[in-house]
Formats: sequence, C-alpha cells, structure tokens
Amino acid sequence: MGVGRSYCVALVGLNGYIVEVEADIGQTLPNFVILGLPDAALNEAKERIRSAAQNSGIPLSRRKITANLIPASLPKRGSGFDLAITMAVLRAADDIREIDGTVFIAELGLDGRLRPVRGILPAVMAAVRAGYPEVVVAEANAAEASLVPGAKVRGYKTLARLAFDFGANPKDLALDYNPVDVEGPDEDSDRALLTPDLCDVSGQAEARRALEVAAAGGHHMLLTGPPGAGKTMLAERLPGLLPDLGDTAAMEVTAIHSLAAVQSSAVQLIRRPPFENPHHTATSAAIIGGGSGLPRPGAASRAHRGVLFLDEAPEYERRVLDALRQPLESGELVIHRSAGTAAYPARFQLILAANPCPCGKASGKGMDCTCTALMRRRYFGRISGPLMDRVDIQLQVERVSLADFGQAGQEEDTRIVAARVLAARQRQSDRLLGMGHETNSQVPGRALRGELRLAPGTTRILDTALERGTLTARGYDRVLRLAWTLADLECRDAPDIDHIGQALGLRQAAAAR
Amino acid sequence: MRAKDLLGRNGEELAAHFLESQGMRIIDRNWRCPDGEIDIVAIDHDTLVVAEVKTRKSVDYGHPFEAVGAAKLARLHRLSLSWCREHELNALPRRIDVVSVIHSGAGEPQLDHLRGVG
Repeated sequence: MGVGRSYCVALVGLNGYIVEVEADIGQTLPNFVILGLPDAALNEAKERIRSAAQNSGIPLSRRKITANLIPASLPKRGSGFDLAITMAVLRAADDIREIDGTVFIAELGLDGRLRPVRGILPAVMAAVRAGYPEVVVAEANAAEASLVPGAKVRGYKTLARLAFDFGANPKDLALDYNPVDVEGPDEDSDRALLTPDLCDVSGQAEARRALEVAAAGGHHMLLTGPPGAGKTMLAERLPGLLPDLGDTAAMEVTAIHSLAAVQSSAVQLIRRPPFENPHHTATSAAIIGGGSGLPRPGAASRAHRGVLFLDEAPEYERRVLDALRQPLESGELVIHRSAGTAAYPARFQLILAANPCPCGKASGKGMDCTCTALMRRRYFGRISGPLMDRVDIQLQVERVSLADFGQAGQEEDTRIVAARVLAARQRQSDRLLGMGHETNSQVPGRALRGELRLAPGTTRILDTALERGTLTARGYDRVLRLAWTLADLECRDAPDIDHIGQALGLRQAAAAR
Repeated sequence: MRAKDLLGRNGEELAAHFLESQGMRIIDRNWRCPDGEIDIVAIDHDTLVVAEVKTRKSVDYGHPFEAVGAAKLARLHRLSLSWCREHELNALPRRIDVVSVIHSGAGEPQLDHLRGVG
C-alpha cells in the first residue's frame, strides 16, 4: 500500500488548472479527510465516494483515508473531483493499476454511476493545454469533451466499468449495472425554431438598413422610438443576420455556456451568435457576472461573440450600464470575489432600445407627450456620455405606417440580408486581418486616419462639421467606421462622399432630437 | 450468557492470543471501574497498551473499526489514566490499540489490529 495519484481540473472562471490528487491510507481508525480547500459540495464527496465504491463492488479501505488536492492553496469547488479522488484512493489500496497522467472529471452517484458536471469544455481544454490529453468523463459529458482538439476522451457510465478497465478484479465488480439517465430537454432544437426572420418586420426601411449595417460592421446601436414601433422586434432579428462563428469563437462561446448551463451538456459547438436579453431590473452581478465565492459569468459574457440587447435601456440602473464600459473597451470582464478572481470574455455587440421619453409619446410632433423637458433629459441622462460615445449607430424608429403595414411579408428575409452581411464581413477581414482586426467597428482611429485614410475631398462634410463643433473627434472616427461598412456592403473598395453622408445620418438621427 | 456477550468473550480471547503472538505481555483483562471497562491491558516493550476489542459476525452493519468513534476513544484515554492511577504505573508511555475480530462461526476468524489510534 502506498500513495495513489490521479489528476483532475479546477476551474477558476474559464481558466482551468491541473489538480493532482494524492490519496494515502493510514493505519488508524476509519475516517475520510479531504485536504486542499474543498467547498461544501466537494466535502460531501466523501459520502458519495464511499457509497459509490461499495455499490460498485470495490469497497473503500476500512482505514483512515486522506485525500490531498494539490496545489493546496487553490480553492476547489463542486462535485467534479469525485471520480479523481475515488481513483486515487482505489490506487492507494492497490485495487487498480497505476494511473499514468489520466485526468478524471465526473461526479459520482450513490449507485456508482458517473454523472455529468458543468464546465467540462473549459476543463478539458485546460487539461489538454497542460499536457494531459487523456481524459475520462461521464458518458453524458463525452460528446462535449470530445469537442476539444487533441483530447483523448473516454466516457464511462459506471465506476465499476472504469475500474475494470483500470485492472480491478472483475470478480466482485457490478459490471452488469446499466443505469438509465433521465434526458433533459434538447435545447438546440428549440433554439433553431426560435430564430425570428427579418421578413416579419413590415416597412421600417431605414431601420432594416441600419440593422444590416450594424450586423455587417459589428457596430453597437441605439434604437429610440415610441412603444410598438418594433424596436425589440428589430433587435431580436440581429443574431440571425450575423455569420456563423469561427472555430476559435465557437470554442469560447461553448465554453462559457458550458459553465453557465445548469444541467445540459453540449453535444456540438455553438456556431450561432448568442442573444442575451436581460430584464431591466437586472443587477450588475446578473449582467457582468458575480455571485458568492467564485464569480459565474453574467449576461454580458453569455452574449460573447453575439448580441447583448438591453430593452428599455434608461430603466437600467446607471451603475449597471456603466459597468458595461469596461467590456466594451477590452472585450473582457475581470470579476473579483472572495474565493478568487475570474476573467470572462465579453466581446458582444450592444443593442440599446429606449422610448423617446418616460411616457413614450414624444415621437413625431410629440403632441400627446406629458413629460417635462427636465424629465426627458433625466431619462436619457441615465445612459451616460461615455457609454453613448461607444455606440456607432443611433437610430430613431418611427411607428409603422398603415401603407407599410399592409405590405407585411413583402420584405427581404433574413437569408438574403445575411448573405450580404457575410460578403461585407469577408471584405472587412481581407482588408483588416493584417492589422489584427475582424470588423470595421474594431479599427482604431489612428488606423482610420493612417493606413485607411480617404481622399481629402471625400471627408469634406466631416471636416466642416468638426470645425463647426457639431461633431467631436471621436464622433468623426465613428462616422468613418460606419462609412467603411456601408462601402463594404456595396462592394466598393473605399467609401465615397455618399457613404460619408449616409454614415453621418445614421449617427446623428437620434442626436438631432 | 447471551449470544452477543458470548461472541464478545470469544473475540477478546482470540484478540488476547493474537496480541501475545505479536510479542506483547497481557497484564490485565476486563478491568472495570465506574467509568467503564478496559478489554485488555498489555505491555509492548516499554509501552503500556490499552486494547479495545470489537467483534462482529459480519460487516453487514459496518466494519468493527467504524464502531470506535471519537467518544469511545476519549473514554479509553480516561480509562487508561484511571488504570494507571490505580496500579501506580504513571511513568509508562501509553497508547490505545484497537483489535477487530470478524467471526461468522464457520471458517477462520479474521483479525485486524490498529496500533496507537489516538
């Protein structure tokens, strides 16, 4: 009898660290101790492991079992360590053969079945990166784990079968036991049905155009308009216009959703950009991530590589809105909590929707509006200047007219517009990849006025606006970015004076209010 | 004598033989005081050993070792002190051992011995 050793992964945010599990069987009265900062769920592992081993036909030693999780200073959470601890203990008792660098990530049921755990994708990614490609998971997690390139994944249903493959004596093992897992609802099939089509939007030519531009260039957008104008409807149709996610992006998105999901395990990479639509009473922890102990990803991270839609934006707490400035700038959220610091990616496209005033009637001539000028200013004042500064497209959406309403179903559908968006994205990445960007919205002002400088005559109206003070220097750059996207949509090599004019219109439509 | 007491008596007998075979000298058996009973007192080289014997027919209701909890250990410590006081052997180093006996009646009994458990 000696020390048994196996490996597992501890997740801190999306970053995983290899944890070495040591187990020792001491010559003293029966006891089970887990060392290395376990949380409550992990401490309960003792009882799960004892029962699971007993019911699998390989009872644990009747001595003092000490399991040590290394590094001892890293806080470890959750039930994913069950299997690694069990294997280390069985090895220490000489019930199974030596474990050579295999990583075990699964929870144990009392009957000896292996149960799936959350966050298997980032955990396996970390294991492969750290040089431990051999991974054993619950069968229900095997498909998700196999998404990681380079991983050699084996999925097992029961502890007995796993122990058998590791050389346990088959005489006592409960190899015939074949538990049936209860299947959760299939989320992916539901999602496909829910993607709404752009042809449902009647009229609103200007708004549809703006949506197309936002999709093509990855620009943030603010939609203002009276209730019932179709702001929410438009925003919900944006993800459908966005192109499929590339391999790296899909991996990042799937990893976040693997961590955030409560039970279902991914069977394939998430290829469609996610859409997050939090309610305006949401706290900053719900939007940017948080919770007690180790922070969990919030809506902003779940919208990574997709769309974060804030309906009734002025109704959000100012604190919540301003918390979004950091991810808008860096594409990442760093959250500190007692048990550690987690960094989650959060490179989302922000879509804000707002009524023109608290009563919502101040559009058009605004005859019915009961709000005072002060109330209106306060209402929009909640969306702070620095946040608005990052929003390229500021669009006013009017109520749909009767003539347009009758034309429902005549408009272009999502498929046609998405094809144009894809072509425009292709032109952007061809031009910008050398500079390290993907979309026009990411190009810094220096590059816009440097490598991508336009002919002096083209920007004349902008220069005049800047000179007169109706356009800030930052606004100048934003108009240029939009103009490039407009040119890309029309397959031109560079924006002309017309594109600049249109871009200025998209930017100032709401500001003219 | 009831069956469970008979089993315990037999177990203690087996345990005493076992400890002697391990080179210990038994100096007292079933010593009682108001606080409880010590099954076996023995001398191992220069150490005084207070041994608790647990006997079971099977492990269906848990291993005999599992029946020795923190409270039992604390009492064994107290009893060992009482024993030393009465026999004026306070200078000796002491330790607590536990011997488990699993004996279903048929076949060879299984003995297991833990030294210095607490």
